[in-house]
Amino acid sequence: MIVRLVQRIGILLASLVVSSVLVFAFMAVLPGDPARVALGTSASDSAVAQLREQFGLDRSLVAQYFSWIHGLVTFDPGNSYISHAPIGPQLADRLQVTLWLVGTGMVIACLLALPMGTLMAVRHRKPSGLLLSALSQVGVAIPAFLAGILLITVFAVGLGWLPANGWTPPVQDPVLFLKQLVMPALSLGIVQAAVLTRYVRSAVLDVLREDYLRTARAKGLRPTRALLRHGLRNAAVPVVTVLALQLATLLVGSVVIERVFVIPGLGSLLLDSVANRDLIVVQDVVMIIAMAVLLVNFLVDMVYLLIDPRLRGGTS
Amino acid sequence: MRYLRRPTRGTGAVAATLACLLLASCSAGSTATGGSAGKNSLNIGLTAEPANFDFTKTEGAAIPQALLYNVYETLVKLDQSGKIRPQLATSWSLSKDRRTYTFHLVKNATFSDGARFTAEDAKFSIERVKTDWTLVQKTQMDVVDTVRAVSPTELKVTLKRPSNDWLYRMTTRVGAMFSRTGVSKLATEPVGTGPYVVKNWNRGDSITLARRHGYWARTPHFASVTLKYFKDPTAMNNALLTGTINVIGQMQSPESLYRFQNNSKYKVIEGTTNGEVVLSLNNGSGPMKNPKARQAVRYAIDHKALMDTCWAGRGKLIGSMVPPTDPWYQNLTDQYPYDRDRAKKLVKESGEAGRTLRLRIPTLPYATACGTVVKSQLEQAGFKVKLDQLEFPAAWLTTVFKNADYDMSIIGHVEPRDMQTVFGNKKSYIRYDNPEFRALLAKADQGTREQQITDMRAAARLVSKDAAADWLFLLPNLMVADKDITGLPVNSVSESLDLTGLGRS
Repeated sequence: MIVRLVQRIGILLASLVVSSVLVFAFMAVLPGDPARVALGTSASDSAVAQLREQFGLDRSLVAQYFSWIHGLVTFDPGNSYISHAPIGPQLADRLQVTLWLVGTGMVIACLLALPMGTLMAVRHRKPSGLLLSALSQVGVAIPAFLAGILLITVFAVGLGWLPANGWTPPVQDPVLFLKQLVMPALSLGIVQAAVLTRYVRSAVLDVLREDYLRTARAKGLRPTRALLRHGLRNAAVPVVTVLALQLATLLVGSVVIERVFVIPGLGSLLLDSVANRDLIVVQDVVMIIAMAVLLVNFLVDMVYLLIDPRLRGGTS
Repeated sequence: MRYLRRPTRGTGAVAATLACLLLASCSAGSTATGGSAGKNSLNIGLTAEPANFDFTKTEGAAIPQALLYNVYETLVKLDQSGKIRPQLATSWSLSKDRRTYTFHLVKNATFSDGARFTAEDAKFSIERVKTDWTLVQKTQMDVVDTVRAVSPTELKVTLKRPSNDWLYRMTTRVGAMFSRTGVSKLATEPVGTGPYVVKNWNRGDSITLARRHGYWARTPHFASVTLKYFKDPTAMNNALLTGTINVIGQMQSPESLYRFQNNSKYKVIEGTTNGEVVLSLNNGSGPMKNPKARQAVRYAIDHKALMDTCWAGRGKLIGSMVPPTDPWYQNLTDQYPYDRDRAKKLVKESGEAGRTLRLRIPTLPYATACGTVVKSQLEQAGFKVKLDQLEFPAAWLTTVFKNADYDMSIIGHVEPRDMQTVFGNKKSYIRYDNPEFRALLAKADQGTREQQITDMRAAARLVSKDAAADWLFLLPNLMVADKDITGLPVNSVSESLDLTGLGRS
């Protein structure tokens, strides 16, 4: 168990280093000089050179890389090239907004997918199971942004029940916060639920065919109870894997959803910073997303150990 | 049962962690704003967000749009008809040799940091343009010889030579008055004498301006005005339809105006701007260096059809770099009327028919909408055109504007009276180099008002005749607002979105 944990932490750290090098390298080859963009086209070459020096862009790429990593590790990523404001508080603020979106989206996805997927598996030969299956196919085919636009058209512009876009912090106005959260979270959640449902269905179907479940039923357990007691835990391993993958999709999906719903989250910050060549902010945001994905994968590995006792022993 | 207990403990821990996260993130986006405005406040939807608040070092129209006349004031300002009016100067006079301006300043103006506004601040602000600004606009103060604060309320500015343009430029950002004690953090904490102060900036979302106590002149109607920035035109339209904003300050999707025109809840305002949508031609190198090829381009474009297709027929065809609100405006659309046969003939004569033109456009709504139409019309005249979209601002600015690595592009030049900066400088990205044109501009600046108008008209005709570029159309000032909002500017003639006259009926 301990060996496995150390192994996993080692992999996590190595992945972080590799991804940081990749992120930095991609930013370095992007066309457009950040100092020139910050000062505008009419700035003199001497003014641009002065700003390059101020930002440290005149140093070697290796020196710039280590200076960036130092800033990240010490939680002081410095100031933006463009707005001149400290990046740290801005990142924290935007990250919280995106976490609300992704978190709520994930909860909605699970709440819909787990019962529906199980139901589809149990009734896979009955009309109700087939209907649910068809519905989930439609869900898979719809991208999140289209779901968002459809929701806005119907519930905001058409019926006037919800605001079309915007964001209000929960402490400022909890009711408005919820109203503004509903549609973006649903857009993310419904689409993810459709994908997840299919995996849950397949995992539960596999479990239903297992010998141990037949044995449990032979011992007198009712089918539902047998499934709940012995089946779901076994079905959970592949489902948790998919959940982790989907969390990454949700994070990326939120970039588009934030634009559609005009939400000042991490995704909007990323898009704006790319357009303005505020490279230091872009690097930080991409790195945060990469870190989140790697961390989730690490946690999933840990969850496997919790769910499946067979994985705890040895180093296999 | 053994297996069940462990997850239960785990679930408890996960639940506790989630609860902590939830509490911590209750302030998520703590600087964000949302919801509809109250009676005493106003939400305006705009497109381009300022990169920071320092327009002395950062280019672009977004910063003066938000801050000029609202947070920063100038000695003189432009009114809706484009006339120069008093602001921090109550009156001014010009000496007989037309070189010395004497300004009489208001007595009771203060900066938002508490300091009193005096002639010393005005002297400091004018001189600072030469020493500290980095923008191209700083050259507009090169003509200033000396600045003298005669008394706290009297300022004398002596120019090296007479200049008609200088007083006009004093209505723009270079004329903004700064506090001698308030320029250390211009990028984040602007200090001006205006009726509003920046209360909050939620980057990527909105800027909130709050009415300032102790403002020296008439206080504006709205206690707070929030400028909300939308990247997507549809999202901005939806925000107005659902009451999140009260005004669309810049309509970027004229084809969707019908949603508001037949609705009694809204009013639509249509006026003119300084935004000439220019089909820029590279006069310095490549196929567009050839005058006959440039002339062919001008004949090949059917401007009316183009404007109808890509901007829903809104806007004005002007055929030159001068908008109708400038005194020397003249309609030059008949200089190169649409004539495809003539264009075809010129293409053949020019010998450029076989070469591929690189039409490199920025990713901006009007440019992407017009790009395909321009390509198609030029191909019908016999040109070969390759259309590239360059990400705006970064990639377009570097490739086209800085390095002039293009043959043709499409861009809206929105700065006021910008014929000089775009065509009067042979190093500008258009690379137009005509000494006669530059001489006309210089003469216009120094002559009497009548001479100025005559010379500027001649200059506009010359640059058009040389086919230095093609002027596709003038962007309209399209605004949509709640019916009860009053005082919205019909024309957008200055660099500022002047909020001081807005009210509610």
